[in-house]
Amino acid sequence: MMNAFGVLSAVVRRDLLVALRRKSEVLTSLFFFVIVASLFPLGIGSEMDLLRKIAPGVLWVAALLAAMLSLNRLFANDYADGTLEQMALSPVPLGLLVTGKILAHWFVAGLPLVLIAPMLGLQYDLSPRALMVLVISLLLGTPLLSLIGAIGAALTLGVRGGGVLVSLLTLPLYIPALIFGAGAVEADISGLGAAGHLSLLAALLTLAVFFAPWATTAALKIALE
Amino acid sequence: MLTATDLACVRGDRRLFSGLGFALAPGAWIYLTGENGSGKTSLLRILVGLSPAEAGEIRWGGVPIARLGDEYRRAVTYLGHHNALKEELTARENLCTGAALAGVKLDAARADALLAEVGLAGREELPARFLSQGQKRRVSLARLLWSESPLWILDEPFVALDAAAVAWLASTLAAHLAGGGMAILTSHQEVLIPGSTMQTLRLAA
Amino acid sequence: MSVITWKYASPQYFYPLAGKMIPWFSVLALLFGAAGLWLGFFVAPTDAQQGEGYRIIFIHVGASWMSMFIYLTMAFWAGIGLSFNTRMSSMMATALAPTGAMFAFLSLWTGALWGKPMWGTWWVWDARLTSELILLFLYLGFIALQAAIDEPRRADKAGAILALVGVVNVPIIYFSVKWWNTLHQGASVSLTQAPSMAKTMLLGMLMMALCLWMYTLAVALMRVRVIMLERERHSEWVAQLPEVQP
Repeated sequence: MMNAFGVLSAVVRRDLLVALRRKSEVLTSLFFFVIVASLFPLGIGSEMDLLRKIAPGVLWVAALLAAMLSLNRLFANDYADGTLEQMALSPVPLGLLVTGKILAHWFVAGLPLVLIAPMLGLQYDLSPRALMVLVISLLLGTPLLSLIGAIGAALTLGVRGGGVLVSLLTLPLYIPALIFGAGAVEADISGLGAAGHLSLLAALLTLAVFFAPWATTAALKIALE
Repeated sequence: MLTATDLACVRGDRRLFSGLGFALAPGAWIYLTGENGSGKTSLLRILVGLSPAEAGEIRWGGVPIARLGDEYRRAVTYLGHHNALKEELTARENLCTGAALAGVKLDAARADALLAEVGLAGREELPARFLSQGQKRRVSLARLLWSESPLWILDEPFVALDAAAVAWLASTLAAHLAGGGMAILTSHQEVLIPGSTMQTLRLAA
Repeated sequence: MSVITWKYASPQYFYPLAGKMIPWFSVLALLFGAAGLWLGFFVAPTDAQQGEGYRIIFIHVGASWMSMFIYLTMAFWAGIGLSFNTRMSSMMATALAPTGAMFAFLSLWTGALWGKPMWGTWWVWDARLTSELILLFLYLGFIALQAAIDEPRRADKAGAILALVGVVNVPIIYFSVKWWNTLHQGASVSLTQAPSMAKTMLLGMLMMALCLWMYTLAVALMRVRVIMLERERHSEWVAQLPEVQP
């Protein structure tokens, strides 16, 4: 028998391997992020003062939508090919396997957004300090998006119109992450200090780490009945 | 020892079966048969604990399976309609990760040996999407070779297999039963497992 | 597993009981409504600053209260249904959702109607209004999820998980929106400071809240009866009901 950590890393490795061989899907959400963020100046105008002001909100909303775009894939493939059934029947707790899948989803759909965000921030003329706060806020925030999104993805698994439904279910739940994430960058720009926002974001992340896999597991079991 | 008493299953508005019961002792197997839509797969999913039964109870060693939790899941190996293979992964990777999901460590050398046993020697590195239906089924069935579960529940395991693979599966089942294992399987074709006790369970449509 | 033996937990017995209760709650809703509207329109004095327009709060406040209270009740019943597998509680949750969504919508609509003459704008990004809007989204998500699932049992359970996740999130959302609001105070107007209220106003609001409460009970019971009939249409007891006899 393998220990819990061994199983967890096996799940993560498996999902990363699958994602690596299906690159187009991974790149889709990254390109989406880049394109959406680049469209705003075209729609609003290139006045730097204005762009600096809207940057935190625009970049965060774009990241949120990009993360959501990939949610449908989180469990759908495993559901369709029968792997999810095997996971539910495994002697390993389903919650552990689900945690691994969420972690892998973050590596594939969240982390790339964090890494490319500074480049997009430059388009909006953010200061190096603000860029760093943006990266930290996304580093704390994108796992939160994956965790909450997993609940929505599990609830809509195999359901009619699941793709649209998942956004209806998860977007309202994303609001606190958006407020504190974008708020952190904005507070830093206006000189108020981002520490408060970031610690609240971290608190939300902690809460989600405990509850989201549990709710996701319950939802998956229902979907498999 | 697996016992089921008074099981009932309802799908939508239809009552698929009710009052169904059986006892399965070590070394014996159940041949589950019935027309399409008679509830064979539903019954299997209830037996492995994926779906709840509308009524009735399933006990493993005298204890209700809901109370056993992972102990029961360890005792059962289930193969459904789907092969549970990832198209992107090679046959070897599929076998190893499938085992890892069940908490079993399987190294590459052992995986290759098992693949050779199901007749896929030389195809270990081939992504699953390049395998034929029958070959995919064989990779899926290879999990029976590392499984230590006493109870095998197999949904149409013979589908897409050629004559050699059918004979291989029958002898694997025979060895499993001879070692005190149990099995429940559905099939549309006649199944012969030499030297075993067979019970037939027919679901009326 | 223990069996809850309270007989009204079964649709067969609850159906006629609900039928008997509906007229009572409807009459009470009418009475409280008449009293509340009379107090609100004729007894309560005209507000010195806000004129006659403020009278919309007699609906607005009650609707806001109900929208929040119904969400909690809905999540409670859904949770009970999920943990004890009691069909009736899940049906109750399903029956409450549309009324809750209606009140959330009504609260936003009346808020806008009130806001226009008061602050000259239909919408302010006030913490309460924003939270109410998100609450409406949560209701719509619940209704949409249940509508998308054909199997009633799965719809019940999936809805329950969503409602419970929502309940954990509602306070988080409220406080995050409030925090956000205080940082962006700028041009927005705060609704939070309660003006000193005349006793008659308070009484009128209370009457209206009771009216909406009774209305909710009556409507939810009607809806739950319909759901019961639909889900149990093949059962013995439905076939024997006088209203389904040819």
